[in-house]
Amino acid sequence: MQIFQYLGATTRSGFAKLGRATFFLFHCLPGLIDVLQRPHLLIRQIYSVGVLSFLLITISGLFVGMVLALQGYYTLSDFGAEASLGIMIAASLVRELGPVVTALLFAGRAGSALSAEIGLMKTTEQLSGMEMMAVDPIRRVIFPRFLAGIFSMPLLAALFSAIGIVGGYMVGIGMLGVDEGPFWSQMQAGIDFYDDVVNGFIKSLVFGFVVTWIALFEGYDAMPTSEGISRATTRTVVNSAFSVLALDFILTALMFGDT
Amino acid sequence: MDKIVTIKNLVFMRGQRKIFDDISLDIQRGKVTAIMGPSGTGKTTLLKLIGGQLSPQSGSVVVNQQNVHQLKRAELFALRKQMGMLFQSGALLTDIDVYENVAFPLREHTKLSESMIRTLVLMKLQAVGLRGARHLMPAELSGGMARRVALARAIALDPMMIMYDEPFTGQDPISMGALIHLINSLNKTLGLTSIIVSHDVQETAAIADYIYVLSDGKIVGEGTPEQIAASDSEWVQQFMQGKADGPVHFHYPAPDYFDDLMSNQLS
Repeated sequence: MQIFQYLGATTRSGFAKLGRATFFLFHCLPGLIDVLQRPHLLIRQIYSVGVLSFLLITISGLFVGMVLALQGYYTLSDFGAEASLGIMIAASLVRELGPVVTALLFAGRAGSALSAEIGLMKTTEQLSGMEMMAVDPIRRVIFPRFLAGIFSMPLLAALFSAIGIVGGYMVGIGMLGVDEGPFWSQMQAGIDFYDDVVNGFIKSLVFGFVVTWIALFEGYDAMPTSEGISRATTRTVVNSAFSVLALDFILTALMFGDT
Repeated sequence: MDKIVTIKNLVFMRGQRKIFDDISLDIQRGKVTAIMGPSGTGKTTLLKLIGGQLSPQSGSVVVNQQNVHQLKRAELFALRKQMGMLFQSGALLTDIDVYENVAFPLREHTKLSESMIRTLVLMKLQAVGLRGARHLMPAELSGGMARRVALARAIALDPMMIMYDEPFTGQDPISMGALIHLINSLNKTLGLTSIIVSHDVQETAAIADYIYVLSDGKIVGEGTPEQIAASDSEWVQQFMQGKADGPVHFHYPAPDYFDDLMSNQLS
């Protein structure tokens, strides 16, 4: 009997939280007016959310591309298809690994930082202080960060894919001796702008939206204690990872399911 | 006398716990009114109810002839521009310096030129004695300085009323003296109404024109500092004289001590 009670309570609190998160999302949308009036609010957050993630994304993209080249080469060479290494690396990165791995890294670096920042602002009464100064903290503090996350993610994912291809090139051409001509020509012929690049862009946009939403809501909904902030940052990373992977399956099925 | 805040039959609950049980009080315009009482009696909650950050289960809070909890969001924000609040922690924005903190409400709510904002910020900082600290970050300020900056920010829009949440807690004697002087002088020179929530008896009684003593969800005493000092209420006397036991018990409700020790139950 207790297990049913537990399941009931968990489901109910889950739906209540989803309701609060949805309300939170709709509440922050009018912040667009503030951002349009004062673009520096957005630029500052793009720096903190996007630019400061630059190094992590670059290095990770490089290594993922290098590993893809190694693994791809050993498999393709069994069939004498080393020349397809370029298209294999590019397709893997642009369609899947670019958006997904970038979103996971983004959740770990920028998402956890956003949750901790908002949670700490709540704990130190900065958000309450703004409310008492007749400034809506959701519009003033949350929305610029939200927009910065949505704006930064596709750019970071594009950077990840581009650097990944460079990493694959370094290993494939430089280390494994694959012919450079077919490496690039097959990539150019095989990657479709709309099917691959645009779909990858849409994925990264959706992931950016979801990860930033989760991060900001968890910070805003955190218990105003040190333990509350710690739990909020953990939940941000875990829930973002689950959401990104589940959404990736759904989006992939929708985008590539009929091919 | 003109009342700036009128609270009538206020009931506020957190879960099953009744924080305020049908309380009524008035705050007079232009005076320093203190809300005093032991920790956990809901003094800060009362300020949040006045500021419209919390809503009561029943009763009304009227500020400047406006029922706070019947206002639309835009109307509530317009009212809040006329209220300043000094939080216990200062609640300064930690990513901007002292100058920008004081300029924050001016930038948000006015279209003043940068030179005018500069003049106003320096005037407010001069009033709290921290004009020279304008380039410091909040993390570089002492607790007392942070509260003085928060006070400068609270008066930036020239409000009609300021609410102070435990302004003296954790302050050294010099900072405390500075804050007492500031609250008193700002109230007189700017013609403000001040509501001070505090459990620091001597300091608050020294500057208050009128005192309400809260305990257990009710107002257990009210009057001028002299009337409160002469009150024959046990509650008031326990609080004002700092007695460990009395109507407010030293022990949190618990089972019988002997039975508790003898029982083998692991808590």
